[in-house]
Formats: sequence, C-alpha cells, structure tokens
Amino acid sequence: MWKQRSPGQSSFNDYNTFPLPQTQRVQPSYAHGPTFHTQQPLVTGTSVLGIKFDKGVMIAADNLASYGSLARFRDIQRLHPLGQHTLIGVAGDMSDYQWLQKELDALLREEDALALTDSHPSLSPKNIYQLLSNLFYARRSKMNPVWNAVLVGGWDKVKAESFLAYVDLLGTTYTAPTLATGFGAHLAQPLLREAYEAKAGIDGTGPLLTQEEAEKVLEDCMKVLFYRDARSINKFQIATITAEGSTISDSKSADTYWAFAEGLRGYGAQTQ
Amino acid sequence: MALYSNAPASYADHTSAPIEHRFNPYSDNGGSILAIAGKDFSVIAGDTRQSEGYNIQTRYARKVWQLTDKAVLATNGFAADGNNFVKRVKQRLEWYEHAHHKPMGLKSIARMIQTMLYAKRFFPYYVYNILGGIEEDGSGAVYSFDPVGSYEREACRAAGAAQSLIQPFLDNQIYFKNQTPETGSEPFIPGNLPLSTVLSLVVDSFTSATERHIEVGDGMEIYVVMNKGRTTDDLLDKKKLGPGMEVEELGALGEGGGERTFLVRAALKRD
Repeated sequence: MWKQRSPGQSSFNDYNTFPLPQTQRVQPSYAHGPTFHTQQPLVTGTSVLGIKFDKGVMIAADNLASYGSLARFRDIQRLHPLGQHTLIGVAGDMSDYQWLQKELDALLREEDALALTDSHPSLSPKNIYQLLSNLFYARRSKMNPVWNAVLVGGWDKVKAESFLAYVDLLGTTYTAPTLATGFGAHLAQPLLREAYEAKAGIDGTGPLLTQEEAEKVLEDCMKVLFYRDARSINKFQIATITAEGSTISDSKSADTYWAFAEGLRGYGAQTQ
Repeated sequence: MALYSNAPASYADHTSAPIEHRFNPYSDNGGSILAIAGKDFSVIAGDTRQSEGYNIQTRYARKVWQLTDKAVLATNGFAADGNNFVKRVKQRLEWYEHAHHKPMGLKSIARMIQTMLYAKRFFPYYVYNILGGIEEDGSGAVYSFDPVGSYEREACRAAGAAQSLIQPFLDNQIYFKNQTPETGSEPFIPGNLPLSTVLSLVVDSFTSATERHIEVGDGMEIYVVMNKGRTTDDLLDKKKLGPGMEVEELGALGEGGGERTFLVRAALKRD
C-alpha cells in the first residue's frame, strides 16, 4: 500500500511528508508478524466545548491541528455543519476527521437528492448522532477505531428543542447540557457547569443562559484552555445552532494577560 | 552512511520497528445496579451517573431498561457495550414476538441473554447484567449474569462499582446472614419481604454507596414490576415514599398481561 523504506534511506519519503512514521506501519503481515489495524492519532485537534442556551446550542473549538507537540497546522476548522440544523465539533485525529467529513457529506448529498423527489424528511441531529454512534462502535469492535471524540450539536425541529451529545472512538455515548472533550473535560467542563447551573439550577428547570452569556462563558473557557493546554492555540471559532440554522463565527482570540510572567523566575538560564 | 554500515543498536531506526501499542477497546463507566425479588414483585434499580476515571461524563445516563411487561434489565460496566447489548436484546425480543405472537417469558430471556453473552466469549461485552421481573408462576425473580454468560436465579444481587459495598448489606438484610431468629420464633425465609421494606433497602443501599464511592451518585431509577392483581397501595401511597421521590406508571408495552411496571425516581448526592 505504502512505499516501504529501505535501510539507509533518508527520513524523507517521496512526498516529503517528514517524518510520517505511519507510512511504515502498514506492512505485509510476514514482515513483523500479524498486521493490526491499530493506529495512533497523528495530527490531532484538542478540546471541543459545547453548551446549551435558551435558543439553541453552541460549540467551540480552536483552529490548531498539532503534530505531536508541534503546532503544525494553525488554520484548521474543526467545526463542520451537516445540513441545516446539525453541526459537529471534532477532536482527535484530523485525518479520520477529514474522512468523516467526506463520508457524511456524501451521505447528506444523497439525502438531499432524495428530498427533491419525494417527501423525504431530512436527517435530524438525533439521526446523525445515532449514525455516528453506530459507526464509532462498529469500528472499535473491529479493533480499527475512528480516533476522534465528537460533539454533535443541533436543533430538533420536531421537538423544537436543542440537541447536544458526545460520541468517541470507543463508541461511548452520552448527552448533557454542557459537554467537553479531552483537556476541556478537566478545565472547561466545571466552568461550563457552574455557569449553566447558576441560572438553570441543578435540575435544569430554571432559565437557560442567553446567547451572549453562553458565548461569553465559552470564550472564557477557551482562554483558560489556551493558558494551560499546551496543545491549544489562541485562535478559535464558535458555532451557534438555533431554529434558524447553524452559523460558524470567524476565527477569534481571547484577550490574554501575561504581565505576571515578568516577575516569574524559574528553571533555565536567568538573565538577571 | 558507510560509517554506520554496522550501526550500533542505539542508532536503530525506531520508526521502522513495530511500535508496541495496542488499542484498548474497553472502558469502565462506573455506577452501580441492584435487584431484589419479592414474593409477587421485583425491584430493579441503578444510579444515573456515567463516569470515566475521575470525570463525570453525564449525571443522567440510563442503566435500567424495561424489556417487556414483566422483565426489566439493568446493565453495568462499559456503557457502550451495555447500550449496544440492550439494543440487540430488544431486537431479539421483537423477533420472538413476531414469530410466536407472544412476549418472551422471563426465564427464556435469561437463557437468551446467556447465549448472547457467551456468543462473544472471546471478545466479551464488558457488562454485568441483572434481569428482574415476574416469572410465569407469578413470583418475583432476579437473574444475575457475569460478562460471559454464567447466570443464576437469586433473591437479590448487586453489581458494579459499589457491589462490594452493597452486596454484604443485602446478604445481611435479604438473606439474613449472620442473623439468628429468636428461640421459638419462625425461621427467616429470604425473598418474602414486603415492598416497602425492599424499597427502603434499595434507597439506603444507594445513598450509602453514594457516600463512600465516588462513581455512584446524581440520581437513581428504581423499577418495580408487580404481578397481576397485586395491590399497588404500598407503592403509590405518598407517605411511604421518601421526600423528593416520584412514581410514574409505565404503560403496557404489549397487549398487557396484567403485570404493571412502575418507575420511581429519586435524587442522590452529586458530589
């Protein structure tokens, strides 16, 4: 499938995709024992955040696709609309994400074509979420995971309510009024829950955050993540899904404060 | 490169050797379940927290499922396996109903679950199942399973993260272990406790497990399946339920053989 590297060959392959060790991972089974589908994530996206507000749901993700600790691609959009009322935010392996985009877009095109010829209902956020759950669980059961954690946000037109759910490479699924993947589950989720419960109460029966409040808390969370998550970047987008449809903001950044760093003295060469 | 024609081991190209790394297809999502059988009822309960490590993924995820008018299944372990297992059990029950024009009986569901679990003996569903309901003779029953299908009928069973906290309590309170009747009085017989006592034991089990186990909490769902003709006064009487507890009757799934299923919800501590 891929060109085998012969001993002594340089670290660059024919396509200069240095060093891309994955080109060596698919090997004939006789070379290194049985072949496993097993991969590891290579170019990765970090946290995705989601929160429900009074008129819909918001999803935030930064624009970075890292190659290990290298901030490799700094203008990658990790929010992807699927039809009018659904949108996914994707963390984890970016090539699996691009494959997902391709497959889902193809499916939605097919659905659109059907919708032209008869009264074919469009896929609801729940439909798309179930499809993703089944796909992720089937692939993990084949020991060939789709290496992502996905937030599905949407507006359910029939029930006239917002939709927010999570699915990951293990096929694990759950829904909650606030969600976060990866590092965000540690750093942002507590802040999101605090903001949500301050108005809605612990049972979620009170009023929900307004659009402005939800956007503010997401921006604060993205800032906290930028301060402490070494695989993040201060450039992110926020998607908003309401009954009117979904919109994705332009890339923006949070105001950061580094003045305190002037006084810090730590390891490494001291200049004064 | 001639210089390194016999390269020392330390210069070995690490990228070309197979990397020892294997995808782990399982996870543990915490939580606990339990079921207790009565003479003419069965109680099946679970908490609603879903977690992974120290993270609470959600405060409400379902672990207890109504299968038929007289069978309720609780699943615990790896949530993705649990959900997909329940999905396939429900599918098999539907096929059975189309083929035989009647719902599958409890003991048959139990045997089917064994077969379905053992079918994946070498890539198991990482799920502990407890099946509760009404047997064909009208008695309350509990069947418990291990992940690969070993099963038995019991008077009670706890499973999951807090099994080690709850089961000894049930052994003492349901099976009367380490208790001796007063001389001259009736011997203890397990499986005959009144519903109100059983409900109290369930609630106490979960509130205690919530206190001492970090993976248990948020809320609980208690399903009560009653045999046909049985009085519901001992459940629906508001005074018998603790504060904040709510009961709801679940409508018949099929034509309805007279058995009734109720769902009691209660809050648990969220910390």
